[in-house]
Amino acid sequence: MKQTPLHDAHRQLGARMAPFGGWDMPIQYEGILQEHEDTRRRATVFDTCHMGEFALSGPGAQADLERLLTQSVATIPAGRCRYGFLLRDDGGVLDDLTCYRFGPDRFMLVVNAGTLDRDREWIRSHLSSGTRFADTSEATAKLDVQGPLSRQAMEKAFQTPMPDLPYFGFAETPLAGVPCLVSRTGYTGEWGYELYFPADRAREFWDRLLAVGVKPAGLGARDTLRLEMGYPLYGHELTEDRTPAGASRGKYIDLTKDFIGGAAVAREIEGGTTALLAGLRLESRRAARAHDRVMKDGRAVGEVTSGSLAPSLGVAVALAYVAAPLAEVGTALAVESRGNLLPAAVTALPFYTEGTARRKTGA
Amino acid sequence: MNVPSDLRYTRTHEWARLDGGVLTVGITDFAQHQLSDLTYVELPKVGDEVGAGDEVAVVESVKAASDIYAPCGGVITEVNAALPDRPDLINRDPYGEGWIFKVRPASADEFDALIEPDEYEELLPGSEG
Repeated sequence: MKQTPLHDAHRQLGARMAPFGGWDMPIQYEGILQEHEDTRRRATVFDTCHMGEFALSGPGAQADLERLLTQSVATIPAGRCRYGFLLRDDGGVLDDLTCYRFGPDRFMLVVNAGTLDRDREWIRSHLSSGTRFADTSEATAKLDVQGPLSRQAMEKAFQTPMPDLPYFGFAETPLAGVPCLVSRTGYTGEWGYELYFPADRAREFWDRLLAVGVKPAGLGARDTLRLEMGYPLYGHELTEDRTPAGASRGKYIDLTKDFIGGAAVAREIEGGTTALLAGLRLESRRAARAHDRVMKDGRAVGEVTSGSLAPSLGVAVALAYVAAPLAEVGTALAVESRGNLLPAAVTALPFYTEGTARRKTGA
Repeated sequence: MNVPSDLRYTRTHEWARLDGGVLTVGITDFAQHQLSDLTYVELPKVGDEVGAGDEVAVVESVKAASDIYAPCGGVITEVNAALPDRPDLINRDPYGEGWIFKVRPASADEFDALIEPDEYEELLPGSEG
């Protein structure tokens, strides 16, 4: 199993470790609920060094990416990034990823750990001859600093003002004398940054953040935070077996351009997507779990893809694929979980609406 | 892991304390640690007749659900009504405020049949890290 440059740091903190996407990753330090709350109220740091980064450049790079990705690449301004999907020819989702644009001919893709090898082969096999491609994952450390106090924490940790960035904006900025890509993005719904920098400085950056009181948070809290926002997780909401049409409801997909899998997605949307990803709010803290069946009047009408207590709401929530006519907000359904029928109502996403991610300043 | 010497145990990580002919039952420090933050507890009903090894309660953490088994057959005499609102009591004080239910055993021998503390300790994996 692979280890991030922070593996020793996690061990020293007494983190509970578990396999994720081929990596030995920290699930929790003090506890998922505490780390979740620390992220919603203050600032935390996540080791996301397991994620992959690809650098693409050359005069044909934009056209290649336009053909590979569902989102519009041509309209991404320099200094911005955009979320979208990498599809097979039949529309099945190979990965969800973020495309960063540095200039007319230079891009970075940030991909999931578990799909990295497959993504790399797929992308490389679809590039034109003039496009340069490099998998920079090993050389790149990634830390996510998330929470309304992220900016103050970063400025204290690195003793330098942070650049003013719009949501999904980024800048190349030295931190502690190290070239660093600072991106105002994240997977928690809170104001914060994703930092990309040389892997050999991972421990120094981590220690600087912890020294100013930023708490470490693990993949357990990362999962409850993203679930409260209704964000999909590859392998759960997004798989090769489905197009992204039901999960994204058309968002992050530009059907006006030609891209791999586009015809399949367009056919599905035109024909009426049969199953839509819906947010379910349960009635108690008792959670529905992935693969539980969604029921209506004794009939199975869908399947849960993720579920747990939503710590910020004090009630269990779930994401589920539900037969399209029943995916409207307010529909009363039930989830069959461990022999119990748990009442659930289709709810608008995000479940948690107080997130600070889009505010001008976090705090 | 804390394994009090005055209790008896099960292979499924429940503990039991005998007091006035009634067993108080909870989950062990090892079990609460393995489950991590508990988020939901389903209690049995007072008056339920249960058999040894029956699933009588459920605890859930953020990540998973886990059944709690009756350490002996008998009748449920009391449940810890604080737990549905405060599942974290099991994490904070598994042998005290985090008790789950009380059961009056069908026969007095049932407590003696449970696992002794030193034997339970041997069932636990070596201390982590």
